[in-house]
Amino acid sequence: MSMKIGEEPFHARVKSGIDNSFMRGAVAGAQERLHARRLKAAAELGNWEEWRALGEEIRQHTLANLDFYLFQLSENVAKRGGHVFFAQTAEEASQYILDVAMEKQAKKIVKSKSMVTEEIQLNAVLEKAGCEVIETDLGEYILQMDDHDPPSHIVAPALHKNKEQIRDVFRQKLAYDKTEKPEELALHARQTLRREYLSADIGITGCNFAIAESGSITLVTNEGNADLVTALPKTQITVMGMERIVPTFAEMEVLVSLLTRSAVGQKLTSYITVLTGPRHLEEVDGPEEFHLVIVDNGRSNILGTEFQPVLQCIRCAACVNVCPVYRHIGGHSYGSIYSGPIGAVLSPLLGGYDDYKELPYASTLCAACTEACPVKIPLHELLHKHRQVIVEQEGRAPISEKLAMKAFGLGAASTTFYKLGSKMAPSVLNPFTTNERISKGPGPLKAWTAIREFPAPEKERFRDWFHHRKKAGDQP
Amino acid sequence: MKVTLFITCLVDLFHTNVGKSTVELLERLGCEVEFPDAQTCCGQPAYNSGYVKEAKEAMKHMIRTFEHAEYIVAPSGSCATMFKEYPQIFRGDREWEAKAKALAAKTYELTQFLVEVLKVENVGAKLQGKATYHTSCHMTRLLGVKEAPFKLLKHVEGLEMVPLPNAHTCCGFGGTFSVKMGDISEQMVDEKIQHIEETEADYLIAADCGCLMNIKGRIERAQKPIQVMHIAEVLNRHE
Ligand code: SF4
Repeated sequence: MSMKIGEEPFHARVKSGIDNSFMRGAVAGAQERLHARRLKAAAELGNWEEWRALGEEIRQHTLANLDFYLFQLSENVAKRGGHVFFAQTAEEASQYILDVAMEKQAKKIVKSKSMVTEEIQLNAVLEKAGCEVIETDLGEYILQMDDHDPPSHIVAPALHKNKEQIRDVFRQKLAYDKTEKPEELALHARQTLRREYLSADIGITGCNFAIAESGSITLVTNEGNADLVTALPKTQITVMGMERIVPTFAEMEVLVSLLTRSAVGQKLTSYITVLTGPRHLEEVDGPEEFHLVIVDNGRSNILGTEFQPVLQCIRCAACVNVCPVYRHIGGHSYGSIYSGPIGAVLSPLLGGYDDYKELPYASTLCAACTEACPVKIPLHELLHKHRQVIVEQEGRAPISEKLAMKAFGLGAASTTFYKLGSKMAPSVLNPFTTNERISKGPGPLKAWTAIREFPAPEKERFRDWFHHRKKAGDQP
Repeated sequence: MKVTLFITCLVDLFHTNVGKSTVELLERLGCEVEFPDAQTCCGQPAYNSGYVKEAKEAMKHMIRTFEHAEYIVAPSGSCATMFKEYPQIFRGDREWEAKAKALAAKTYELTQFLVEVLKVENVGAKLQGKATYHTSCHMTRLLGVKEAPFKLLKHVEGLEMVPLPNAHTCCGFGGTFSVKMGDISEQMVDEKIQHIEETEADYLIAADCGCLMNIKGRIERAQKPIQVMHIAEVLNRHE
């Protein structure tokens, strides 16, 4: 599937993640900053839980009536002179965009940040056809300059790089001769990019929220690059996942408010752009032609299933920023452009279990993600649902685990079996026990004791102690 | 007050002392403690691994075993949380949903029971030294018991409590995660221990045997001089 990054197996990817101390330093630092800022922004808003409940309600309502709002949106886009294309698959979406580019004989295309265009591998398709594609979001631009390093975070795609590494990329690729100061790096990128906007034939954007009642699209950025991408080129193409829609401006405001606070801990990001169709006579800038590409690519299969809540996602990455697993393995370990808890839920749904069956297990179910999510997606429960599907419907669990769990089921459902098993445990484990500890355990304990000591089972179980004591009448 | 103990399989088999402390503490506070001998495990290991069918058999057994109880008390946040989730797991099941609800409604984690039901915060415990507390994920986020352990620990004579940096972060246990994803789990528990060391505490205290086994096992492997205690053991120290 197109959202896949790299071919290495899961644990090999995890190992390179864990061994990458630069990445881990960068991620841990960012997590801590963002965590504190998010809590502060939520506190400033007051009654955060009510806001979350409202966010959840808006998203659930929209999903329950998605066909209606999609119809309304496309009607309104068309009314304002825009073109709407529904793409069933990633291929259909990128083909349509390629067709537009060919028709316009486009040589240069500028883009603002968009995960869904990563999902449909748009850049590769356009570049193959000879177009020059330039990412204008600073993070995406850095990755593009670094030989198309894949994104490791849905909001801050270059989060895995520290400023020294970015400086080195710029020095190699952009004749940069200044320091690793973020302001200097950003200024250099901006100056380089500015030239590109002016000469681009097409601007491509993602879409944070499309507004059904007006046919508008909303873009939330930190850098203002989306403004230029949409203002200067003659043709604009906006690509959106089919669920990224709100009924009216009022709901958009609530969700933007939740998004910016959750993503970067700000009241508002620096730029919120709302665009409605191509330029009209009375307007001074904006494109002459506007295309809205609405991408399904597996989303409608999720509708109506127990995984539907994942479509509530507003891609804020709050769940990623609190995830202790992500913290240690980094985004690339997920093997998908969608990483962290949202990626672990979404990637198997969009990309299939063949590539992503490990991801639902790469979680302690600690629920930090669920607690952080501004639209109340029960992420840890959905990870658990995946496990259930993998075991019960897909039959993909290892035989040894199946047997162990069968035995567990029998043991835990029957006092006799349980007592027998637990009574035998100390003698079974006796050969492995020294000083009431097991340092090199057999069978299933091996993986545990590779890392930590395991306590030897007590000679007198709690229940034996309790009954002896009762018999001896030694209670108050 | 009659208390029915749900001791949890980890305490029954590996941490007898936590069970003893729980019983003695509850009795000292005037409770009559009973222990239904039929009890086994709450089903969490199978449930969290995706084996819902197997887990449900264990759960039904536990529902039957505790049907008669008035107050069910468990010295483990995670296992108490599991009982609390039974109604959701049996949702739509005509025979078991109502029973699951009844079970969940009378289930308490130990510190929650002390503070909310018995309404005690000072249990007369004494322990000399400096301690920090690990807030376990299921207990704080899912069961919603955040303050009770701190209220109780505050009153332990001689004990100085110091805050744990990054307290909200999971210790890396996660049941089968600890073995299935040992490579990741190791990083998580090491970071947790590093934060514990930063506090210079003599004791690490927690209310969940899963987390304790993980953290303690790693501390012992690394031979660090930190003593790991279950909160019941701390609260039962009174001489
Ligand atoms: S799942 Fe929730 S927290 Fe994670 S990115 Fe989506 S909206 Fe944000």
